[in-house]
Amino acid sequence: MTFRTDESEDTMSTGTRTRAPHGDLPTGHKPADGRVAAGLFDPRLMVRSFPQALRKLDPRVMVKSPVMFVVWAGSVLTTVFSFTDPGDWFGWTISAWLWLTVIFANLAEAVAEGRGKAQADTLRKAKSDTVARRVAAGGEEERVPGTALRIGDLVVCEAGDVIPGDGDVVEGVASVDESAITGESAPVIRESGGDRSAVTGGTKVLSDRIVVRITTKPGETFIDRMIALVEGAARQKTPNEIALNILLASLSIVFLLACATLPPFAEYAGTRLTLVVLVALLVCLIPTTIGALLSAIGIAGMDRLVQRNVLAMSGRAVEAAGDVSTLLLDKTGTITLGNRRAAEFVPVRGVTENDLADAAQLSSLADETPEGRSVVVLAKERYGLRERSRGELTGAEWVGFTAQTRMSGVDVDGRRIRKGATGAVLDWVREQGGRVEVADEAERIADLIARSGGTPLLVAVEDEEGARVLGVIHLKDVVKEGMRERFAELRRMGIRTVMITGDNPLTAKAIAEEAGVDDYLAEATPEDKMALIKREQADGKLVAMTGDGTNDAPALAQADVGVAMNTGTSAAKEAGNMVDLDSDPTKLIEIVEIGKQLLITRGALTTFSVANDVAKYFAIIPALFAAVYPGLDTLNIMRLSSPDSAILSAVIFNALVIVALVPLALKGVRYRPLSADRLLRRNLGVYGLGGLIAPFVGIKIIDMVVSLVPGL
Amino acid sequence: MSPVLSGVLQLLALVGALALAYVPLGNHMARVYSSKTHLRAERWIYKAVGADPDAGMTWSAYLRGILAFSVAGVLFLYLLQRLQGVLPGSLGFSSVTPAQSFNTAVSFVTNTNWQSYYGEQTMGHVVQTAGLAVQNFVSAAVGMAVAVALVRGFARSRTGDLGNFWADLVRGTVRILVPVAAVAAVVLVACGVIQNFSGIHEVGQFTGAPQQWNGGAVASQEAIKELGTNGGGYFNANAAHPFENPTPLTNLFEVFLILLIPFAMTRTFGVLTGSVRQGYAILATMAVIWLGFTALMMWTEFAHHGPALQAAGGAMEGKEVRFGIGGSSVFAVATTFTSTGAVNSFHSSYTGLGGGITLLGMMLGEIAPGGVGSGLYGMLVMAVIAVFLAGLMVGRTPEYLRKKIGAREMKLAACYILVTPALVLVLTAASLALPTPPHSMLNPGAHGFSEVLYAFTSAANNNGSAFAGLNANTDWFNTTTGIAMLLGRFLPMVFVLALAGSLAAQRPVPVTAGTLRTDKPLFSGLLVGATLIITGLTYFPALALGPLAEGLAR
Repeated sequence: MTFRTDESEDTMSTGTRTRAPHGDLPTGHKPADGRVAAGLFDPRLMVRSFPQALRKLDPRVMVKSPVMFVVWAGSVLTTVFSFTDPGDWFGWTISAWLWLTVIFANLAEAVAEGRGKAQADTLRKAKSDTVARRVAAGGEEERVPGTALRIGDLVVCEAGDVIPGDGDVVEGVASVDESAITGESAPVIRESGGDRSAVTGGTKVLSDRIVVRITTKPGETFIDRMIALVEGAARQKTPNEIALNILLASLSIVFLLACATLPPFAEYAGTRLTLVVLVALLVCLIPTTIGALLSAIGIAGMDRLVQRNVLAMSGRAVEAAGDVSTLLLDKTGTITLGNRRAAEFVPVRGVTENDLADAAQLSSLADETPEGRSVVVLAKERYGLRERSRGELTGAEWVGFTAQTRMSGVDVDGRRIRKGATGAVLDWVREQGGRVEVADEAERIADLIARSGGTPLLVAVEDEEGARVLGVIHLKDVVKEGMRERFAELRRMGIRTVMITGDNPLTAKAIAEEAGVDDYLAEATPEDKMALIKREQADGKLVAMTGDGTNDAPALAQADVGVAMNTGTSAAKEAGNMVDLDSDPTKLIEIVEIGKQLLITRGALTTFSVANDVAKYFAIIPALFAAVYPGLDTLNIMRLSSPDSAILSAVIFNALVIVALVPLALKGVRYRPLSADRLLRRNLGVYGLGGLIAPFVGIKIIDMVVSLVPGL
Repeated sequence: MSPVLSGVLQLLALVGALALAYVPLGNHMARVYSSKTHLRAERWIYKAVGADPDAGMTWSAYLRGILAFSVAGVLFLYLLQRLQGVLPGSLGFSSVTPAQSFNTAVSFVTNTNWQSYYGEQTMGHVVQTAGLAVQNFVSAAVGMAVAVALVRGFARSRTGDLGNFWADLVRGTVRILVPVAAVAAVVLVACGVIQNFSGIHEVGQFTGAPQQWNGGAVASQEAIKELGTNGGGYFNANAAHPFENPTPLTNLFEVFLILLIPFAMTRTFGVLTGSVRQGYAILATMAVIWLGFTALMMWTEFAHHGPALQAAGGAMEGKEVRFGIGGSSVFAVATTFTSTGAVNSFHSSYTGLGGGITLLGMMLGEIAPGGVGSGLYGMLVMAVIAVFLAGLMVGRTPEYLRKKIGAREMKLAACYILVTPALVLVLTAASLALPTPPHSMLNPGAHGFSEVLYAFTSAANNNGSAFAGLNANTDWFNTTTGIAMLLGRFLPMVFVLALAGSLAAQRPVPVTAGTLRTDKPLFSGLLVGATLIITGLTYFPALALGPLAEGLAR
């Protein structure tokens, strides 16, 4: 019932959606409407990554991509062949372009990795060797290098110290600068106990003193894992990537068969095919475009998350995000603004709204909670009541909110004003011998407000007329702007949204309706949440959620996509498969879109790559055989100038298309939340049909250029 | 009536008849394969073979059943031919040679019906009826069983149980093939197909030379030959022979029989998976390819240049006058786009492009609509590949019929599509590269190449039709086509059943608005494209050097 209510609201609201980038991290490029937009692409990166691309020509590296390994082997073969016939310029040219094809593929991967490298370097700076002040068994401090720390060690950090390792605060409160990790320059509060106890190695204590219990081994800290992730060192092929590689390998085998069996066919037809020509045909036919860009697409997908300050612990999680069909969203901070606001003052009979507003404002002057502020503001804006400063009310005695009284208020000029939960205020009025019939009316109003999803706060006064209820303040959860549209979009994408809240079912229902979510879980305990996830998963659905508390950890681990907030506990961060450094739960929606975008980019380039083959056949087959079967020249529908030029043009097109598509692979296909039908129609049109037509045009243009070269 | 109009009307009549039979037959087959009861005759059979028809089988048990049954079938058929000389009712024919017995046994058990013998000069009544005709039934039933097992893989979840092979085999035979074939045989007899056990008649021809005419149980065998997409003719001339296919009406009826079960099985698939719309999408894919190539075939045959051809109203060489170009084209496409391989005209004599269409039909894997059972499972594997290619474009990892297509599923589907291209291309290349095999080619140039390519394409895809013009009765071709038939039939079955097992073990994925809709015209279009591009591209160089070189010659 009390799962994440008020105590976590301030942490939720620290997540800002328009945060300035810092240092030389790439910009989290985010347009105003929150769409998944293309990332940045800098052509200079291509030049800078060139040496790395050459290093990747090592066959031990090449063999990881079956398609490009075939091209690599073909390049070696044609080069060797060219040495046996050094005067054959055609062989040399084809060899050169085949090598370029391989290099372009490596370049794509190197560029994708290069972007992560820059980020890793920034992180390494933060990780510079630290000295830890370890508390020894006897209680005295000793200075040891950060790398010598073991799990369970206690270390002391004071203002100016860099925290030597990941851990939980066991003593004290401190403000900590976490900008090295999150890029957020505003300091955060870390304190012992509760859900804000986790500190990260490499961050800096700005004030006060804390004692931290180390929870991670040196070398395995959050920052270490972050470096490994953004560098791609820990990258493993995802399930879908493996399956796609199988398809690509089998297509390569099919085309290998088609090419390997061609020499006897040609011999029979009365012509001889050189090795160079056969390799050229093979390279054109196997799906080199997607083969070359596949790993770059995967790396870039992770990178797009990093740009949004989300760390995915595995590529598998990014892929799963695309498949998610149920989103569990916390009400507070995600669907509604962190805090409830006063929406109206409802007086009981015989009391004017102005009187009620005046009393409410007075009682809230000392209340620094956002709810309290909103009462003051509403009274000012709607009833023109000037906000009085506490100083001008001399002799006022402020009554603060306590868990026992559940009321706050003020005693001034012989009036005692109280504001608080219905039951507490009514009890107070009765104690003071107040009138009961008014209390009944106030209870009815409060009930109505509660039923509409609001929170009622009763205002009562005791003066010379005795104790009585003046009326009710209607506190309302304010649904964030644009959420309803966002949820409608998700629905069109086939994703069900479930609001998780600690509110009672009545309140939850009202807010769920206002926000337009598909379902809600009221009075949610961590166990309820876990049960919901399991229930959804039993139906074969993939579930995504966010969480930050230690009690969220089991659910985060159970969910297919569990996004832990960076402000959360280390248990939560450990359990989730993503960490949001901005601690912005709304980002879950973007994560899903990035997952989908990754899969779409893969599918689009695969389709494009396979569709390309048709044109290449129409270029190469007539070039090879029109001499013996003149009728086959009918297939030369592009009217390419000569057989050599036709083959060369196809090979050049095949290589250049990789370079041309590198930006698309890195930025990802533009994604809009549409239904599967419309997405498929659109992408089939662009990448399927486009993939059929583009090479006809491209090869023709290259042929026109190549034919200008003298001697052709 | 112009020949073109007559051809089009025949095609329309055929489509109408198939449409009428689609729902009732499809539903009936779905009921048969999900039936809980056993007929008395079926119980006897189960008792005789010692099978428990109610025991669920894993994919490997199912496969073992198929292999055991097929090995037994090959052995029985082999021995029957080898012992023909001592069996009664053999019309005095001697035992068949070991090589030919083996080739024929494999050919009929694999539903290929490649015939390296002359039916009327080699096989007596006993071998024809007790051997070949029986395999015509059961080899078809095996194909249907495998298809049903795959459909169950999609329909079931979290189970290893793909059904019982023996029950599927026996029910397919007893409740589907036998009743329909019986009715069809009566229709054929009524239309003039012979059905007797008479001996050999010697008849003087008007050219003077004597000719032998056999009697035989032709109508009954013809019915199952077409219905089971077998294609092995009673006579060497196959469905061009007037005793097998006497009139344009029987011709159209036989084409109807060829296409009947393969198309209707898409309905069965829809019913068993709980969504007839999914069945319609597969049906539409098959129908578009089949109709498209039938139209193309008619066009290329009717429009052929050359004065002699124009005088005859098109390319009439190798075609029967009673069927004309329309009736022959419809038959040729039906027989090669299924695994039938019966012929009512000589594919070798078609125009270059027309011959190419018959080749392409087989190369597509015979999936439009394909053989009984094999057409459906072939198309479903293709759908798995198409879903994988394009499914990612909706932003989810690929799924088909609520099942995820992951690495294992992809591996099996990829292996499936590799088998026949590997067999066809490697064996064709070897035949051309080796010194002796090319001597079998009776024509030079591109046409000769097509002959060899056709032989292996036909064998590996279990079609069984021959292009003619190739002497395939040599050790090389007997052995290699035999290997192609065996591997081309059973290797894909291994992959299909393993795929079925993998799918059945999965938990179904819920369908949402984000799911790729596979029951829409868009998906059918995608499937047509994927089929043509992937299989078409595999064979493009080979097709270019054969039929295209010939058809585009100027």
